[in-house]
Amino acid sequence: MAADSPKGVLITPIFKNNPIALQILGVCSALAVTTSMSVSLVMTLAVVFVCAFSNLFVSMIRQHIPSSIRIIVQMTIIASLVIVVDQVLRAFAYQMSQQLSVFVGLIITNCIIMGRAEGYAMQNSPKMSFIDGIGNGLGYGLVLMVVGFFRELFGSGSVFGFTVLQPVQDGGWYVPNGLMLLPPSAFFIIGLMIWVIREVNPEQIEANEFKMKHNTEPKEAV
Amino acid sequence: MEHYLSLFIASVFVENMALAFFLGMCTFLAVSKKVSSSFGLGIAVIVVLTVTVPVNNLVLNYLLAEGALTWTGIAGAENIDLTFLGLLSYIGVIAALVQIMEMFLDKYVPVLYNALGVFLPLITVNCAILGGVLFMVERNYNFGESVVYGAGAGFGWALAITALAGIREKLKYSDVPGGLQGLGITFITVGLMSLGFMSFSGIQL
Repeated sequence: MAADSPKGVLITPIFKNNPIALQILGVCSALAVTTSMSVSLVMTLAVVFVCAFSNLFVSMIRQHIPSSIRIIVQMTIIASLVIVVDQVLRAFAYQMSQQLSVFVGLIITNCIIMGRAEGYAMQNSPKMSFIDGIGNGLGYGLVLMVVGFFRELFGSGSVFGFTVLQPVQDGGWYVPNGLMLLPPSAFFIIGLMIWVIREVNPEQIEANEFKMKHNTEPKEAV
Repeated sequence: MEHYLSLFIASVFVENMALAFFLGMCTFLAVSKKVSSSFGLGIAVIVVLTVTVPVNNLVLNYLLAEGALTWTGIAGAENIDLTFLGLLSYIGVIAALVQIMEMFLDKYVPVLYNALGVFLPLITVNCAILGGVLFMVERNYNFGESVVYGAGAGFGWALAITALAGIREKLKYSDVPGGLQGLGITFITVGLMSLGFMSFSGIQL
């Protein structure tokens, strides 16, 4: 993979090496905030911000962090950035911060951010780490937006709050699928999405532990 | 007493950490291949949640909340509001407690340490722990409630991961379409489990 150029570092995590679909990182919050697209968008922006800047700061001081306490240092940087996001949301978008409830705080334990700080920013220059943070944040955001799109479209018949499929209770024809707004549908959509991604990129398919044996041929049975 | 029992049941079944709030998903999916290891992780989560939620409750009520520092007797302390430091303090308390617990178990209960040792460091960054603490803060639980809530939430998470591991152990013998193998089918299985747990919603004692 040509991941050495800035463009490669930015693009690879979005499509080829998506943090959610391939590495199973940061799934927790991805599922919970996707009931509507505007919420997913805010969450995406927050994660891009935290991931990019935590990578930048960790990378800037990477020569000075003793390796025995590096996790705590990273954690402190990430937590401070999340506090900034949380306070900004509370001040300027109170409604949104109520909807996101605990999930803004949970960005701290989002494995993508920790993973990138530990796995990439500790070895690379600040500029590249910053770009890598943006790329991974966007890769996470892409999955969020896709899941959010399906859940909002079929769950309440709208996209970004604009009605697309006129629901029955407003005199339209579409009967909203309430299940789409409930937790199980998020699991189904991500599962199906992984299926599609892996059919497109067959090299990502996991090997089966056990090989199925063919059924007995009719002539053998007799 | 009834109130506590109801809170416990609700946090185990109705508001299951993993299946209703998607918390701790990363470890939930990664460690659920074997029943034995997921059971170990489940126990560790129960222990850590039961300890960290009440401790963070004390931290909030005696250090961070508005006017919480009044007991220090410093002039003007009743006007200090440190809640904005919440996130940083909770994660610090969790990391420190997990570390202390690890050292304590290593010294005094080596049997338990050998069983849980591998899982304890994983737990610091498990969203279920911080999630439990943040829900406690958001819902204004008092000390007693936070003990019950911590234990219940941990128990629910352990139940979910053990059940999933049981299903996955059987599932590896089945003929799953190529692209769904591994992660894909696990997500769909968890979706079905979550659907099952939704039938508990509305239960009240």
